[in-house]
Amino acid sequence: MISKLFQFLSSLRLTVVLLGLGVVVVFFGTLGQTSDGLYVAQERYFRSWFAYWTPHGSTFPVVPLPGGYLLGTMLVINLIVAHFTRFKWTWSKSGIFLTHIGIILLLLGQLATDMLARESIMSFREGDTRNYSESSMDFELAFLRSAGSNTLDQVVAIPAVRLKPGDELHHELLPFGIRVKEAYENARIRLRAPVMDSNRPPAATQGVGARIVIDAQPPTRTMDARNVPAAVIEISGPSSLGTWAVSGELKPQTVAVEGTEWRLEYRSVRDYKPFALTLLKTTHETYPGTDIPKNFQSRVRLRNAESHEDREVDIYMNSPLRFGGYTFFQYQMGKEQLADGGRGTSALQVVRNPSWITPYLGCILVGVGLLVQFLMHLTKFIAQRKPRAA
Amino acid sequence: MPRRDPEYAFGAFGRLPVVFNGRLQPIDSLARNSLTRIREKDTANLEPTKAWYERPKIISATEWLLTLMTRPEVADGWKVFRVDHPELKAMLKLPEPNPAAGEDGKHYSWNQFGETGLKQIEESARNIQENKKDSSLRNAFDNATLGLYEAMTLYLRLKNTVHPQDTVRFASEIADYQKTIPAGVRAFQQRMTGSGTFDTNALTEVFGHTERYFVTLRGEPPLLIPPASGGDATFAWLRIGEALLEPSFGAPLLKHLMRVPKAELSPEAAAEGIRSAGTRPLSPAVGHWAAMADAFRESQVAGFNAAVAGYQTYLESLRLGKALTKTAREQLYNSFAPFSKTASLYIVAFLFSCGFWFNFAEWSRKTSLHLVQLAFVVHTLGLIARMWLEGRPPVTNLYSSAIFIGWGAVGLGLILESFWKNAIGLAVATVIGFSTQVVAHNLALGGDTMVMLQAVLDTNFWLATHVVIVTLGYAATYVAGFLAILYVVLGFFTKVMNADMGKSLSRMVYGILCFATLFSFVGTVLGGIWADQSWGRFWGWDPKENGALIIVLWNALILHARWGGMVRERGIMNLAIFGNIVTSWSWFGTNLLGVGLHSYGFMSGAFTALMVFVGSQCVLIALGLIPQAKWRSFSAAAGGAVKAPAASAA
Repeated sequence: MISKLFQFLSSLRLTVVLLGLGVVVVFFGTLGQTSDGLYVAQERYFRSWFAYWTPHGSTFPVVPLPGGYLLGTMLVINLIVAHFTRFKWTWSKSGIFLTHIGIILLLLGQLATDMLARESIMSFREGDTRNYSESSMDFELAFLRSAGSNTLDQVVAIPAVRLKPGDELHHELLPFGIRVKEAYENARIRLRAPVMDSNRPPAATQGVGARIVIDAQPPTRTMDARNVPAAVIEISGPSSLGTWAVSGELKPQTVAVEGTEWRLEYRSVRDYKPFALTLLKTTHETYPGTDIPKNFQSRVRLRNAESHEDREVDIYMNSPLRFGGYTFFQYQMGKEQLADGGRGTSALQVVRNPSWITPYLGCILVGVGLLVQFLMHLTKFIAQRKPRAA
Repeated sequence: MPRRDPEYAFGAFGRLPVVFNGRLQPIDSLARNSLTRIREKDTANLEPTKAWYERPKIISATEWLLTLMTRPEVADGWKVFRVDHPELKAMLKLPEPNPAAGEDGKHYSWNQFGETGLKQIEESARNIQENKKDSSLRNAFDNATLGLYEAMTLYLRLKNTVHPQDTVRFASEIADYQKTIPAGVRAFQQRMTGSGTFDTNALTEVFGHTERYFVTLRGEPPLLIPPASGGDATFAWLRIGEALLEPSFGAPLLKHLMRVPKAELSPEAAAEGIRSAGTRPLSPAVGHWAAMADAFRESQVAGFNAAVAGYQTYLESLRLGKALTKTAREQLYNSFAPFSKTASLYIVAFLFSCGFWFNFAEWSRKTSLHLVQLAFVVHTLGLIARMWLEGRPPVTNLYSSAIFIGWGAVGLGLILESFWKNAIGLAVATVIGFSTQVVAHNLALGGDTMVMLQAVLDTNFWLATHVVIVTLGYAATYVAGFLAILYVVLGFFTKVMNADMGKSLSRMVYGILCFATLFSFVGTVLGGIWADQSWGRFWGWDPKENGALIIVLWNALILHARWGGMVRERGIMNLAIFGNIVTSWSWFGTNLLGVGLHSYGFMSGAFTALMVFVGSQCVLIALGLIPQAKWRSFSAAAGGAVKAPAASAA
């Protein structure tokens, strides 16, 4: 029984089936991007154990498929078991060994990247300094209290996913409790129109919430739009401080609790760094007489208090800044409204990926392995032909 | 015998430099690419109803462009717009074919569209662009309408390149204008600074001229005027309208006026701009262009040629770096048209390679071999010329990928032929060589094939490694697929195939697949590393990346299936034919999805072609699935002695 299982797990037949299924899954995962958008399609087909493909416009799952995780795991198992059972090491197979080790490394590296890599955005205007980057997907509800002029703000941040209607939240640093009344994954804020919205009460009783209503929106899936969550919370110190509306679209509000002012903000999740970047200058060039972009470039000043580093760096396409385990890539560029000063703005993509080296190693191993193996085939082939031709 | 008239120096004129699409190019390229965009050919046939043996008057693209720029009233009567879609013709009320009236039913002149036609086409195009933003929703009529609209827009852009389109004598017009500048600028400065009264007449006079030049700039014509200071950079080149406006407004103020979107100017910058008005001299290049334009308009051949020579001397004095060498070589490249020559060579060579199988005459194979070798040399030289002109590795866009896939496939075919000497390598080389030229030709109808690369692609290192290697992977996979097609076609329809040939084909396919796996794998992973370098993401599941991954997986599948003995000779052939579908999906299909980083937008023509190709491959696979006993080569009728090789293949 066990030997049968090993035979199955090590078989070339399994390899071929897995490769074939890989073709199918990647194909449908690509097609799925046209209707679902890149992110959702990626989650559905590649970062999953099982998937199914639904034709555009249909709600009925038609084609069941194995997910990327399942295929990847099976391929790794297949390779490893085959090497322990079926394969015998010989010099003539050294290329295949190298290739397979490289592929295992690539698959595991990709899994590690999936688990460990974090992407965020650092966006600023010329002259701004940032020591944090912001998530492009996730929000947090932050309460900030200024703890004197020379010390950092005291911040308590609650991830958006923790905000579920009906929940009550407490934190040791917060002298008040929070009760979640409403929570929206994606919503738009607008001023309440007294006549048109006569049958809708304001979103909240306090702050700007008393003048707005929240329109729930279906969650977006496209690459160029993001969900902006909103919530209505009740803040209760010794007594209730009323309900407050929070949204990624709103500016920070102030809540006074027992004489202390707390700033209330629903913002992108922040990742603070032990160093700071200052945007000095943005450059955006196009080819003469066209709109084809030629260069996007951000000149930044990098300051690290700990190591006393202080230098200027240019970040542009294909030339990122690597520092402190992070990599900063030029992502977007723009110009603010003239009324706001007309300064250039720049957004850097910030990536932290501890396993970034694995694809480089994997590529070298597989490349060398295939080359060795095929060169051996070729020389053998030529050697065989020579005597016949002679 | 009548004395032969001296001829216009169109060749020398075609070499003159111009900046368009963001790149420096000879007038010749601008003319050919524009005419190809409008007419689908890089020459203009002025008598389209005449058959070729009736010797219709055909002029070069350069002559057409020069006429359009300097004598638009003449060019507007030439039938250079190709319109095929019947509904579009009906909408614009274009005449039916009528040889007596000079109508071929395909080519129409600017004048034939008329004012109403222009308005109609503009309205329909706007309508389509707004209501069918997703280009996959557009039907053939929509695409034809947009195509004609774009052609007309280009035509209008070109019309105002040298001077406003209603100019009669450019040189005297410029002289008149220059006389009004000093008084005009003084009045302008007085008015802007509010210091005392100003001469309204002087202002009106100079503005009468400048208004015309501003109008020419609205069409965004090519940049004709080199910087007086010389140098290699294309950034300092000006449109002739800008060059004419500079003496009045000065460079800073003009730059501000031309800025899009409009912005406020700080008071200091405005004051500086107003002060520097009237300080710039007119670029001498404008005078040279006026001389050329006036001479051509008045049909003075000697005068025109002298003006061209004069401008050339002026350009040489500017020290424009490599610019003049580059334009001269690009013109040579254009007129030599290496890739259309190789296409013809490949067809002839293919016929000779077929000849070898049917009468087994070695001379037929040798002829084919030499033709392919010759074509390969021309193909290589063409690639090198493009690389030199662009300053880039061979593959920079879809067009050049087609050329390069053809080159790689022909190279592989020649290598195969050197081993086996049975004309199979030659047949595959010529079929793929020719087909990729057809693909490239159709892609070239979209206009300039050497456009500048946007920021993220602007890296010769990754273009030279990832792009070249992955494209060679495509080429190799196609070679394997076409070898398999030969196996099925020759085996099924002819008696040429025998066990020996089947065996050699099978070994060829195997060898090429190994090569294809290596290249597509390394190329794909290098693409990931490039992505890691520019976005910090090794693998983003972008459609093009996925397409390349599918090729790798498919090739690996075939190899493993062979090693595991799951498929024999015929099975490998069928899998390899499916590899053609996989490769075409990666090469073209993924670009048509309209999502991802490699998206070029939906092209209905390409989509149809892709579907036809996929269908044809499916038919071939179906043929390949028919038991070999039914194949002509292997049936009992073929002699009975020949055993089906499937049984003997390990």
